[in-house]
Amino acid sequence: MITLVDYGLGNILAFANLYKRLNIEVSVAKRAADLASATRIILPGVGAFDHAMTQLEQTGMRPALDELVLDRGVPVLGICVGMQMLARSSEEGVLPGLGWIPGRVKAFRGVLGRRVALPHMGWNEVSPRAGAELFRGLEAECRFYFLHSFYMACEQEADVAATCDYGLPFHAAVAHRNIHGVQFHPEKSHRFGIQLLKSFAEIQHA
Amino acid sequence: MLRPRIIPCLLVSRGGLVKTMRFDAPTYVGDPINAVKIFNEKETDELVVLDIDATANRAEPDLRMITNLAAECRMPLCYGGGITRAHQAKRIINLGVEKVALSSAAIADPNLISRTAEEIGAQSVVVVLDVRQGPRGYEVWTHNGRVATGRSPLDLAQEAEARGAGEIVVNTIDRDGCGVGYDLDLAKAIRQAVALPMTMLGGAGSLEHLGRLFQACGVVGASAGSLFVFKGPRRAVLISYPDQGTKDALLQASLAPASPWP
Repeated sequence: MITLVDYGLGNILAFANLYKRLNIEVSVAKRAADLASATRIILPGVGAFDHAMTQLEQTGMRPALDELVLDRGVPVLGICVGMQMLARSSEEGVLPGLGWIPGRVKAFRGVLGRRVALPHMGWNEVSPRAGAELFRGLEAECRFYFLHSFYMACEQEADVAATCDYGLPFHAAVAHRNIHGVQFHPEKSHRFGIQLLKSFAEIQHA
Repeated sequence: MLRPRIIPCLLVSRGGLVKTMRFDAPTYVGDPINAVKIFNEKETDELVVLDIDATANRAEPDLRMITNLAAECRMPLCYGGGITRAHQAKRIINLGVEKVALSSAAIADPNLISRTAEEIGAQSVVVVLDVRQGPRGYEVWTHNGRVATGRSPLDLAQEAEARGAGEIVVNTIDRDGCGVGYDLDLAKAIRQAVALPMTMLGGAGSLEHLGRLFQACGVVGASAGSLFVFKGPRRAVLISYPDQGTKDALLQASLAPASPWP
């Protein structure tokens, strides 16, 4: 059972539809009680970092999520801003992140100035690290849709699951034990995204 | 490497898909959901859907239609038409749409761009400029090309960027549906004026026209209506989209140092 965390941000419907097509059961969690049966969790997210953190805290799901992810090892996948929320902080805001993976979120503009068009919008090649679980079957060809101006920088190289290049190489996916995150939008990335979301559904508990 | 985007633009009028010529004479070309299904199968880069009745009729965005489109769409979707307030944009994003397009209302009140960017994030705010070339140069028009603004597209593009837009779509009214190629001079000028993703719309009649745009401007969006909904000189309705191999060859040719198109 894939549980989609619905805190008012992100494309819950797109994930639900996609998993339905794959015949994989999904549920939507709007409050802590809805998380009880979760065996895999997807944390979507769009918009500004602080807004996303505030919205998530307001649902009251934070303590339950901390327990499931940190104590019980339930696999979680953060998407886009949902991945950035895994970090400790973001240059986009002042609120702390979930802090589940050591790292901070940086602004492309701060590093690159006006040398590139921002946001980073469109299809880009992603290079998975050898053995990255989520990228099984995507070793030969791996292309995803991105839409973002900030990126997460991991403190530990071992937590990097995939990289991408846009004016600079950046961490496009992270994995730390049961905690996963992707900066791109698998739900809008055709067969590449379907393959990745299928892999997440099949990932083993830590 | 980030790839240039090839983006079908679908126009909705009275619940059906239409294609116009110079913003006029809409021809019925089919059902929107059916078209989305076909573009899913063709692994389309992105899709733009514009409701051309909403602003002209001062109607609200049709949330039921947008819900159905978003649920079916497995590629990034941009919706435009009738959005005049930030909270409408937020509702549309929550239906599962990646980007919303603002035009008339944002040109009349540029604060709408910043308010919308605050609500949904700058990356999801697209500003569409409908441009016509007149004796005094390029000018932006609104309300389906019926109201002149007296503003230049370069000024408005820069203002949109300053207010926090995430993308500029430049639609050339006089080329709409004509298949004569994009206005490359305008595209280059906008490309140099803003550090935002930009997409050209209007005039593409062949894949070569897309290639010429990428050659002139690098990694930008190439959007088209007729090219992807009509086939042949008699403009028979047939939805098409280049396959991956064709796209790869096109991108390679247009971004290579020595181009096949003089």
